[in-house]
Amino acid sequence: MPNETTRGSLNMETETNTLLDSRVPSGPLEDKWENHKFSMKLVNPNNKRKFDVIVVGTGLAGASAAASLGELGYKVKAFTFHDSPRRAHSIAAQGGINAAKNYKNDGDSVYRLFYDTIKGGDYRSREANVHRLAEVSTNIIDQATAQGVPFAREYGGLLDNRSFGGAQVSRTFYARGQTGQQLLLGAYSAMMRQVSAGSVELHTRSELLDVVTKDGKACGIVTRDLLSGEVSAHSAHAVVLATGGYGNVYFLSTNAMMSNVTAAWRAHRRGAFFANPCYTQIHPTCIPASDDFQSKLTLMSESLRNDGRIWVPDAFDDSRPAHEIPENERDYYLETKYPAFGNLVPRDVASRNAKNVVDQGHGVGPLKNGVYLDFAAAVERDGQDAISAKYGNLFDMYESITGENPYEVPMRIYPAIHYTMGGVWVDYNLMTTIPGLYAIGEANFSDHGANRLGASALMQGLADGYFVLPYTIGDGLADQLGNPAVSTDDPVFTNAVSAIEDETAKWLSINGTRSVDYFHRELGRLVWDHIGMSRNKEGLEKAISEISALKEEFYSDVRVLGSADTLNLSLEKAGRVSDFFELAELMAHDALKREESCGGHFREEHQTPEGEAQRDDEGFAHVAAWEWNGAGSLQTRHVEQLDFENVTLTQRSYK
Amino acid sequence: MSEVITVNLKIWRQEGPDKEGHFEEHAQKITTEASFLEMIDVLNEDLNNKGLEPVAIESDCREGICGTCGVMINGQAHGPRKATTTCQLHMREFSDGDQIVIEPFRAGSFPVIRDLVVDRSPFDQIIESGGYISVNTGAASDANLTPVPKEAADQAFDAAACIGCGACVAACPNSAAQLFTSAKIAHMGSLPQGQPERWKRTESMVGTMEEFFGSCTNHGECHEACPKEISLDFIAFMNRDYMKAKIKNRALSGQR
Repeated sequence: MPNETTRGSLNMETETNTLLDSRVPSGPLEDKWENHKFSMKLVNPNNKRKFDVIVVGTGLAGASAAASLGELGYKVKAFTFHDSPRRAHSIAAQGGINAAKNYKNDGDSVYRLFYDTIKGGDYRSREANVHRLAEVSTNIIDQATAQGVPFAREYGGLLDNRSFGGAQVSRTFYARGQTGQQLLLGAYSAMMRQVSAGSVELHTRSELLDVVTKDGKACGIVTRDLLSGEVSAHSAHAVVLATGGYGNVYFLSTNAMMSNVTAAWRAHRRGAFFANPCYTQIHPTCIPASDDFQSKLTLMSESLRNDGRIWVPDAFDDSRPAHEIPENERDYYLETKYPAFGNLVPRDVASRNAKNVVDQGHGVGPLKNGVYLDFAAAVERDGQDAISAKYGNLFDMYESITGENPYEVPMRIYPAIHYTMGGVWVDYNLMTTIPGLYAIGEANFSDHGANRLGASALMQGLADGYFVLPYTIGDGLADQLGNPAVSTDDPVFTNAVSAIEDETAKWLSINGTRSVDYFHRELGRLVWDHIGMSRNKEGLEKAISEISALKEEFYSDVRVLGSADTLNLSLEKAGRVSDFFELAELMAHDALKREESCGGHFREEHQTPEGEAQRDDEGFAHVAAWEWNGAGSLQTRHVEQLDFENVTLTQRSYK
Repeated sequence: MSEVITVNLKIWRQEGPDKEGHFEEHAQKITTEASFLEMIDVLNEDLNNKGLEPVAIESDCREGICGTCGVMINGQAHGPRKATTTCQLHMREFSDGDQIVIEPFRAGSFPVIRDLVVDRSPFDQIIESGGYISVNTGAASDANLTPVPKEAADQAFDAAACIGCGACVAACPNSAAQLFTSAKIAHMGSLPQGQPERWKRTESMVGTMEEFFGSCTNHGECHEACPKEISLDFIAFMNRDYMKAKIKNRALSGQR
């Protein structure tokens, strides 16, 4: 839709409008979910087959939801734009999954997991949702184990745990460094069982390009078959988006190449509010970009900071190799600045400090874009064998990517975008502001506040898919018994299909001079520079005008070759990048309006005298959810007030 | 240290499943810091700028775990570096002036969709035919109720590490899918949770595999090409279980 009538500049002057109702049940925190499960309407087993449910995305959230809904008896249609459901990016999660099992007898509990998650999120998430997440966390481990997920075990045959950032107990379950892979294969196989049973109809290589509504309710989707180019309509009584996060707006991120915001964004354009887009998470230990063609960044597990020491040269622009820089000319800046936590400060603090030293000209490596993570002291203390036993596979991965041996020269690391806490706004039932449309997993905004703790993404995706949505979706469907799904011959569908066909044709007709990737890369630079690790008013305003200008150039100068009726990777990407442009503008507005620092959102104007994030609980203990008002119109900023009845808000300190 | 080299690419181009394919040659300048797929990205950007259609090639995570990427590089699935997916291969493996022949995975059951992209959906059909443990959501008992010997859990993990990329099939002279199928059978067959359906699962998955793929003649090329170094022992595990299944499944249904 790259024309002026449907897409234009979002010159938003923001305004605060109605208060959003999260529909959190009343009662004591620990009873809310239990009571809610009882008070929700049910669909009896024989009637479930009368309901069609569309699930878009087959990562942890989508595959677990499709499997569970299929088992319940709903008629499920599952969509993935990959060649196989197992390719979803959940597969790349390394570290583990949290659960309040307290198998270690070290004082963990549902309440402690709840508390750690609320605090880790810098008090910007909903208490009731987070408590529910902690409650069902234990069921996830049981379910996954029964499916055959090969979690790490002790010699006695019971499950092993390890500790992770932001927690003082060992509650993280893991499967070597491939926990996401194993959990996804578990959910994928559960879904494939339902495909075999006929309760889930699987559509691969199908990309959602529109969400269709009738009389204000979600009634289906429009997809494009990525092989034949055919645009088609699919109707259902409920639609579930499980389409992941939007980290790729930065071009360089640890997300997969195809990860995108399109499904969530198109739902937004149809009326689903988009919440807290400025909450993005930076991971401090990634391998820095090595050249201008860098296509993505690779994460190195955070556990490396347990034994590695982070430093940069004292001198500016020092080109000497690391081993030639004497000890007294090195700046171990985290150890100096934060003696209590040292190299183990939380992700956001470690990341911002790395940016500061690199910006000041102390960066290392050929492009001067990293800091050292040095294992020399650890090797000397524990021996190379001990270090290799702990980190061998990570060291190998580093060497295969950089060609440098970390036992001999220090690793180079730099922060990268890793996860997005913002997303489609949902109520306690995980329903968006469009009735009948749900969002689960990273696609929604719900549980991590302004910062996600390690090993909590897998937990949330599976909690939503296995143990929350299958209950709450029935409450919305029960009233629709007897109503057939809207026919795909209805004008709401046929109009949506032809609009998408027109959009596809438009991309091919622009015939400009530059590739889609060129524009994506340039957009990513702008977003990284101004809406990245640290933000300020001037930069955000600059971003808004520059993104808008680049977007206009994109719509007039992009060159997409080939045709619409075959596999055409540039054509697919054009639509995704177009949505990233609009999202980037909204991120800037959201960051501008949030006049405080919290979690992953750091506004330079709002910091303590020591340079730490300064929250404003009076003014901003709320969710900002944005309403689309048509292209070129102002978006409306709605507010959901966050009430903290159970925890006391404190300022974090790691000195 | 990085240097800039020129490689002579010979790339398979094919417009569609039913079209004739051919090789296309390009000389590509690239820094040795770049990954193999970034080299293709640069080529594609150059082609696009010249008004020529980019080469269709799939990849996603670019971390060696999703299994989306995979091409034949100089006749080897995923290229010359052992235990490495195409996306993790870097240009420092090549020298200035090298010729690099790039083809799609070749197998009867993996028809070419376009250029270097093939259809690997038979793998999903093998999983669909039994690659799961039947447990409904909510029906599981406490995870520590069933201890699993560490050795069994480790063996299950070694098998479960398969990423489903299809290199085993592409490397096999018979286009057999024994390594992929046996990895899933051994993963579940090694665990107590996988026992109730063990024999049924084996017969069913092997049956589906044989509808699509060739037979195994113990070349071992699959293991050599496997980026996750899945062991050939799992094929032995599967063969043993298949034999047993022929007896056990009859026994279970009382037709001894």
